Amino acid sequence: MNLTRLRWALWLIVALALALFGLFALQLSRPKDDFVQSALVGKPLPAFDLPPAAQGLPGLASTDFADGKPRLLNVFASWCIPCRAEAPQLEALRGQGAEIVAVAIRDRPEDVEAFLQGYGNPFTRIGADEISAVQLALGSSGVPETFVIDGRGIITHQHIGDIRERDVAILMDELRRAGSGA
Amino acid sequence: MSHPILLKSSANVILAKAGISCSFEGRGGAVRGWWRLRIKSGLAILAMVVAMAIFATMPLPVAAQGTLPPAPYAYRQLDDPAQEEKAKELMETLRCLTCQSQSIADSAAPIAGDMRHQVRTRIAAGEDPEDVRQWLIERYGDYISYAPQVTARTWPLFVIPVLLLAAALLIIGRRLGAVAKEQ
Repeated sequence: MNLTRLRWALWLIVALALALFGLFALQLSRPKDDFVQSALVGKPLPAFDLPPAAQGLPGLASTDFADGKPRLLNVFASWCIPCRAEAPQLEALRGQGAEIVAVAIRDRPEDVEAFLQGYGNPFTRIGADEISAVQLALGSSGVPETFVIDGRGIITHQHIGDIRERDVAILMDELRRAGSGA
Repeated sequence: MSHPILLKSSANVILAKAGISCSFEGRGGAVRGWWRLRIKSGLAILAMVVAMAIFATMPLPVAAQGTLPPAPYAYRQLDDPAQEEKAKELMETLRCLTCQSQSIADSAAPIAGDMRHQVRTRIAAGEDPEDVRQWLIERYGDYISYAPQVTARTWPLFVIPVLLLAAALLIIGRRLGAVAKEQ
């Protein structure tokens, strides 16, 4: 009687150890994910009002989003290399009818202007965020990032990293969904 | 960061190879021994020079984001020591977003400086440190904070040790009871 109980207890320990190793194997086989998702998706944009980041383009305020039109909000910087890589994709999005506004992080006007001259300007507004205040308020952890904002100023989607070719259709889809007021 | 370690070990391999090839060559008298030493140290120096040359050709990190000065309170302490103490305590338990294993108090990344600015200005404005932490958690999730929180996902981490301790005490108690009975 006692021995059978002991045997069961031993098997239980073996099973527990195997389950633990299984868990380790599962977690170790998963690729590392360094992305920090914004917890603000589904919530309204935080209030902000940024001065213009480049000559000839207006700055950006959270109130600019409340006119019923969905937009892409691109967080970028002239010193950021992947931001250059995504420029053609932003241009493609603009070509398909997306309105894109931007926040330039820790940037100087002359650098932003040179960036727009070199890689094209898909933006209608660019706000200058010299101390990453709006970036932190958005829950964005790096550049580039692109948010989809619906016509009431609600964040509906976050894209982390540069926009690749396959992401263009995804973002257009998200923009359409944000526009349909779902 | 893996590059220096890799290079160090490859330099060791070069040195080891140099040592092996020399001992193959010279197994003779005193003069040949002296030559062996010369060859050995010569090869060691050669290996070091090669290793240093490889180091020199390694691309250095581009001084990006360095064009703008840091945020006003990134490196400046608050005038009120009590508030600075509160800010420091909080900054040591907030994760840097780019150097994800460092706190924002430790990190020299520009975004960490901008986060320190947020923490200091908010605390200077009279906000409670835990409210500032909550403000960041609302944006980045629990990941941003090093302070353990009991949530729907983390509660087993707090409950299991208590259960194990209770079970252990129960077993010890029963054993001791049984021993007392036998006597």
